[in-house]
Amino acid sequence: MTTATLDKRMSARDVVASLADGMTIGIGGWGPRRKPMALVREILRSDLKDLTVVAYGGADVGMLCAAGKVKKLIFAFVSLDAIPLEPWFRKARESGQIEVLELDEGMFQWGLKAAAFGLPFLPTRVGLGTDLAELGGLKTVQSPYADAETLVAMPALKLDAALIHVNRSDWRGNVHLFGADTYYDEWFAKAAARTYVSTEELVDRMEDHYPDEAQHNVFERCFVSGVVNMPCGAHPSSMPPAYGWDMKAFKAYADAAREPGDWAAVADRFVGATEEAYLESIGGKEAVAALPLPIF
Amino acid sequence: MTELSLAELCIFACSEAFRNNGEIIATGVGPVPRLAASLAKLTHSPELMMTDGEAYLVEQPVPLGPRGYDDRKAAGYLPFSRFFDSAVWTGRRHAMVTPTQLDRFGQINLSYLGGTYDKPKTQMLGVRGFPGNTIYHTNSFFFPAHTARTFVAGEVDMVSGVGYNPAKRVPGGNYSGVDLRVIVTNLCVMDFGGKDNAIRVVSLHPGVTFEEVQEATGFPLEKGDIVETPLPGAEALDIIASLDPHNIRASVIKDNPPARRA
Repeated sequence: MTTATLDKRMSARDVVASLADGMTIGIGGWGPRRKPMALVREILRSDLKDLTVVAYGGADVGMLCAAGKVKKLIFAFVSLDAIPLEPWFRKARESGQIEVLELDEGMFQWGLKAAAFGLPFLPTRVGLGTDLAELGGLKTVQSPYADAETLVAMPALKLDAALIHVNRSDWRGNVHLFGADTYYDEWFAKAAARTYVSTEELVDRMEDHYPDEAQHNVFERCFVSGVVNMPCGAHPSSMPPAYGWDMKAFKAYADAAREPGDWAAVADRFVGATEEAYLESIGGKEAVAALPLPIF
Repeated sequence: MTELSLAELCIFACSEAFRNNGEIIATGVGPVPRLAASLAKLTHSPELMMTDGEAYLVEQPVPLGPRGYDDRKAAGYLPFSRFFDSAVWTGRRHAMVTPTQLDRFGQINLSYLGGTYDKPKTQMLGVRGFPGNTIYHTNSFFFPAHTARTFVAGEVDMVSGVGYNPAKRVPGGNYSGVDLRVIVTNLCVMDFGGKDNAIRVVSLHPGVTFEEVQEATGFPLEKGDIVETPLPGAEALDIIASLDPHNIRASVIKDNPPARRA
């Protein structure tokens, strides 16, 4: 194999062009944290539609719902944290615009793990005693051992593609993820047929530049199909240690859901014609770099 | 000395929920439960484990509100993935949370109100981790406003957490981990010690009557051996103040009333 085949660099437009209507797309990150927003914005600029979105949701989910890209949402919550209720997601739900599969946060990652391991389901107690299993059409299985316990069969959440924003990558897809928590990004990567990472920093050969930081390689390059160089690509979500979330931008986004309340009228403010134009509109890389990290 | 507030009384009452829990993760979501878990750890239950609200385990509870980013000192690491593996699914956790609704079975709801699953009237957060938390580990609740809209008649609109409702128990399921402990509100402290885990009042805050609590509750309450809810002493109040330097606790209960009614 020549090194040329390992060159996974792509543009955001190439990534979106490789996706198709009706696909199931997993989005990494958690609420308002380390979301691949630049790739989400590129989807918003495209004609892509009828998506099944699988995410621990934040503005990624809200925007895709608002823009009518979502046919079905698989979620455990959608929140902007400091703004607890995601207003565009709420509008989509309350108008009955999207189908949903609502899951517990833990059973959600159990579904990603089942997909990662090629299993049809993984058993769990989670969901029993609540409305989840019935509403979600989840089946139960009986333990074949002496305990004979009845368990929920959490179906595999198989993804056609996963989108993840990482702190650093090389062109072969060796990635480094920083921040206190990388959430379930590794399981999104493994649950997907193809995983595209956008990266804050692109280097040529990881081993030449950062040989001592290999423990931050949270998932292996065999799970990476494409690498997009996209500094500030998580904005307005946070990307520790590079920058915190942009609460001012989130607030403007939330306010716009009430007034004027129409996505078409405001989409340009939160998406932009191009990523360059978007970055410029929010004050450029310097403004993003100056966003303080949140304190919990 | 400033007057003792009802919020401080509630923090003290909530902290008692974490006594004799052993070496488990104490999670308080929201200012009062978080201060309560921290107070418990700094007073009667140093064995409690706790995170900084993000991904690190701390032995010195982290104060609420703005502070230097590096003030916390990590003693351990518990990111989300390990949280489920180590704390939730092994049962080594006691969470105190504030759902939107709770019914007579202790079933809770945080997902949506009214309408249907496909078209809710009011969409809220989603079930978050409630289904897993309630079937695997201990849970308690804090409500800053005790009303019949929160303590609902009938059942909650979407059962997001496991309670003691026999009709919801799938045959063959293992519910041995279900352990609902206490409910602290702005009026009283309740537990699940009544007949068939019915909710009963065990203490009333100073000046509150059982009838008033019943009036604000959508289902019949049982009466325990009711006492007056104990008030925190000077040491507890100092610790609470040090953990909440910006007095965020004053904004939790409407108009920040005193612990003893005028």
